[in-house]
Amino acid sequence: MEFEPVIGLEVHAQLKTDTKIFCNCSTSFGAPPNTHTCPVCLGMPGMLPVLNKKVVEYTIKMALATNCKIEHKSRFARKNYFYPDLPKGYQISQYEFPIAQFGYIDIEVGDYSKRVGITRIHMEEDAGKLSHDPGRPISLVDFNRTGVPLMEIVSEPDIRSPEEAGNYLRQMRSIVRYLGICDGNMEEGSFRCDANVSIRAIGTEQFGTRAELKNLNSFKHVEKALHYEINRQKEIVFHGGKVVQETRLWDPVANSSKSMRGKEEAHDYRYFPDPDLLPLIIDENWIDAVRKTLPELPAEKKKRFITEYGLPSYDADVLTASLATANYFEDCLKIFPGSKTVSNWIMGSLMGLLNAEGKTIEQSPISSQNLAQLLRLIKEGVISGKIAKVIFEDMAKTERAPDKIVKEKGLVQVTDVSAIEKIILKVLADNAKEVDDYRNGKTKLLGFFVGQVMKNTKGKANPKIVNDVLKEKLGK
Amino acid sequence: MNLYELTIHEAHNLLKSREISSQELTKSVLDRVESVEPRVGSYITVAGETAMTQAELADKAIAKGNITHLTGIPLAIKDLICTKDLRTTCASKILENFVPPYDAFVIKKLKKAGAVIVGKVNMDEFAMGSSTEHSGIKLTNNPWDLSYIPGGSSGGSAAAVAADMCLGSLGSDTGGSIRQPASYCGVVGMKPTYGRVSRFGLVAFASSLDQIGPLTKNVTDCAVLMNAISGYDAGDSTSVPMDVPDYTTFLEKGLKGVKIGIPREYNALSGLDAEVSEAVKNAVKTIEGIGAECVEVSLPHSEYAVAAYYVIAPSEASSNLARYDGVKYGLRDKNKNDLIEMYKSTRSMGFGSEVKRRIIIGTYCLSAGYYDAYYRKASQVRTLITEDFKKAFKSCDVLLSPVAPTPAFKTGERTEDPLKMYLSDIFTLSANLAGIPGMSVPCGFSSQGLPIGLQIIGKHFNEEKMIKVAYNFEQATDFHNKKPVL
Ligand SMILES: [Zn+2]
Repeated sequence: MEFEPVIGLEVHAQLKTDTKIFCNCSTSFGAPPNTHTCPVCLGMPGMLPVLNKKVVEYTIKMALATNCKIEHKSRFARKNYFYPDLPKGYQISQYEFPIAQFGYIDIEVGDYSKRVGITRIHMEEDAGKLSHDPGRPISLVDFNRTGVPLMEIVSEPDIRSPEEAGNYLRQMRSIVRYLGICDGNMEEGSFRCDANVSIRAIGTEQFGTRAELKNLNSFKHVEKALHYEINRQKEIVFHGGKVVQETRLWDPVANSSKSMRGKEEAHDYRYFPDPDLLPLIIDENWIDAVRKTLPELPAEKKKRFITEYGLPSYDADVLTASLATANYFEDCLKIFPGSKTVSNWIMGSLMGLLNAEGKTIEQSPISSQNLAQLLRLIKEGVISGKIAKVIFEDMAKTERAPDKIVKEKGLVQVTDVSAIEKIILKVLADNAKEVDDYRNGKTKLLGFFVGQVMKNTKGKANPKIVNDVLKEKLGK
Repeated sequence: MNLYELTIHEAHNLLKSREISSQELTKSVLDRVESVEPRVGSYITVAGETAMTQAELADKAIAKGNITHLTGIPLAIKDLICTKDLRTTCASKILENFVPPYDAFVIKKLKKAGAVIVGKVNMDEFAMGSSTEHSGIKLTNNPWDLSYIPGGSSGGSAAAVAADMCLGSLGSDTGGSIRQPASYCGVVGMKPTYGRVSRFGLVAFASSLDQIGPLTKNVTDCAVLMNAISGYDAGDSTSVPMDVPDYTTFLEKGLKGVKIGIPREYNALSGLDAEVSEAVKNAVKTIEGIGAECVEVSLPHSEYAVAAYYVIAPSEASSNLARYDGVKYGLRDKNKNDLIEMYKSTRSMGFGSEVKRRIIIGTYCLSAGYYDAYYRKASQVRTLITEDFKKAFKSCDVLLSPVAPTPAFKTGERTEDPLKMYLSDIFTLSANLAGIPGMSVPCGFSSQGLPIGLQIIGKHFNEEKMIKVAYNFEQATDFHNKKPVL
């Protein structure tokens, strides 16, 4: 029997608002423990939550970008459980009545594209952070993160492979970044993912028993963990066993997952509508106002890059993966309109450089303007492609403009035919034997002569002129 | 006459004319507290020193001509309302040493108005109870007969007002916790419309039902305190951004054109004490005599109110009280090294039996598999009860009923029978479920000399009409002039 995996993903995206979801405390990272707190987010007696409208606005953006139906009336609910990082003893979330439902996004995997349904999007507050003292029986809690707004996006169980899951996540991250509502940083935890995984015989309708995978904190881990989980379940079924419903924690070091059965599983969260917050009413005007602020989204941009700039689908995909890259590309085109050349340089040299230095395109030492100018210098024949590589490296180190480097280092291409002729004549005179061999049919030696000329001109001679003149002189 | 016997309004006039000072007045109240507190047991914390400082500041303000209706007026605050730098215990062991770093919205308002805070008064633990016997701190006695309970949960407030241990008090009302003790102690108490007064800084019992309100010596003072505490607060999402009328302008004689509704179902209730029934009937006659017109109305779902209330309130409470876990503030059993053990032990030690009972009831009602049968069903009943009132108010302006089925009961009489205790809220908790305002005014005494209260229930945000009816009734009777002998 052939099995297929059935995967649904829950994404938790930390929203980039300045203040927390129910109080005015700052959401910024890295402050000393418990300095971004107030009586409200500490759950002090008598304190009440007041909803941050920005959180709603950001979530509406996401709902629109993922084709969801936005509910005109939704409610916050309390999810009750005891834990020291949860100061009120409940988390304010949404349960029965989420803000948005019934959406979808389209993803591309290899040579096919598919639609993944979005079950729901809701808002909730983050919990604090516990750290355990290894030396003493003591735990410390930092409430700075308590009340930082989260948006949870739950997919339909439409995903059928780890690759699809990876692409779904990349697409989601790309969307939240385009919208400017979330950093999308999995390693730092501003973009987290849990997966529900089951397997079923191909051709059957019914879902198998699912396991929930947690702690998938990088794209790499998501795909690895899913492969592992699918194989684990197949093994169980092949050996006549039954998959049990459980939560499993991925261990990226051991490359395996382990069950969290027990306490974690037994939770009854006793959800009920939070009486401290009125039903959230969102009218068409609000939705329209937010819609007007939506940027061009990755999928639309990709389509436009293909039609408007004639780029291959692959290039368009890479360039639109992040808004900053897309903007960099289009900024280059303003100065240098050769779209495929720009694309090649960005995807090749620039991304190579950034990867090597662990930088984002926003941190690139080479500005879009400088890159475009470099390409223009090549096009105008001021420098050769070869020299361009040298200048590129210099630009990467010094962040200077290419024309300055060219001038300073005297790298202007020699295009003066008579000057080149002089050098060629000298090279031919110095290598009389090779000239004879060439003339006797060893035409492969042309490369040798070009090399000699280039060596004499420190690479600055225009290669086309060198070729033309060489052929002419050798032909005699 | 002793200064502590003054009403807020009387004291204000004397302060304004500079015949007395706030320091004299506050000293008089503090002396009174000292002399009768051992018998009445209203105060959990007496803030004598800060009260005198506030009085001194009030006198300075008055000397400069800055006087509000509350400048220099000594008030007592239910110990469930947070006061900055002044211990707020909720009458619970778990918060016995809790000192809030903030003021409740209403306290900010009172302080801004120049009021003097004498101290924090007793209550049932976390406002859960109808007799103040469930206080984890102390027992409060009814000033009219010390062997009787003062009612609850705002029993400390009602007893303090009745015994002249303050000029007025703020309480909170979740199912009758202002009106019932006001009735039992022979003072005026009002639960405003849900959303009229900010709950910011009121320690939550049942968030969708709780409302802060005044307990005073007469209706005029009730209007004065309502003016001071009402109004929108952006810090409480359930507070309503609506203009607040000057309630004192409704202290005018005449009830021509006012329609009084008498709920048919309330008279048919079993367990209604004959003397209470008689006192309320007489009160209705008196009000008719002033010119109001009486009509019979129906509240068909009344009989389900107690059941719905005792699902909704404990459900919310079970969640609201989860924060008292020993981690951040309040009591913690430091002898436990395991987290779960620490939770269990701290909460076992910190909460009293009634609080535990309600947490368990609430936890049960919200549990998977029971939610639909209990919480959801109760919420639906709540909607029906709200609809009942809407319909009834189509034919009348206010409703009249008893506040409680009996006068105050003896200390210890009902502690073993929680159900019987719960039934003492039968006339009051519908108003909380519907979010409408309710008020208690003295309307008689039992043969044993215990006060009986008349309940006036109004439409949403129509407290002024209740104040008008109450004021006219008060002017036509002299129950409010009687004082307990201590
Ligand atoms: Zn805060």
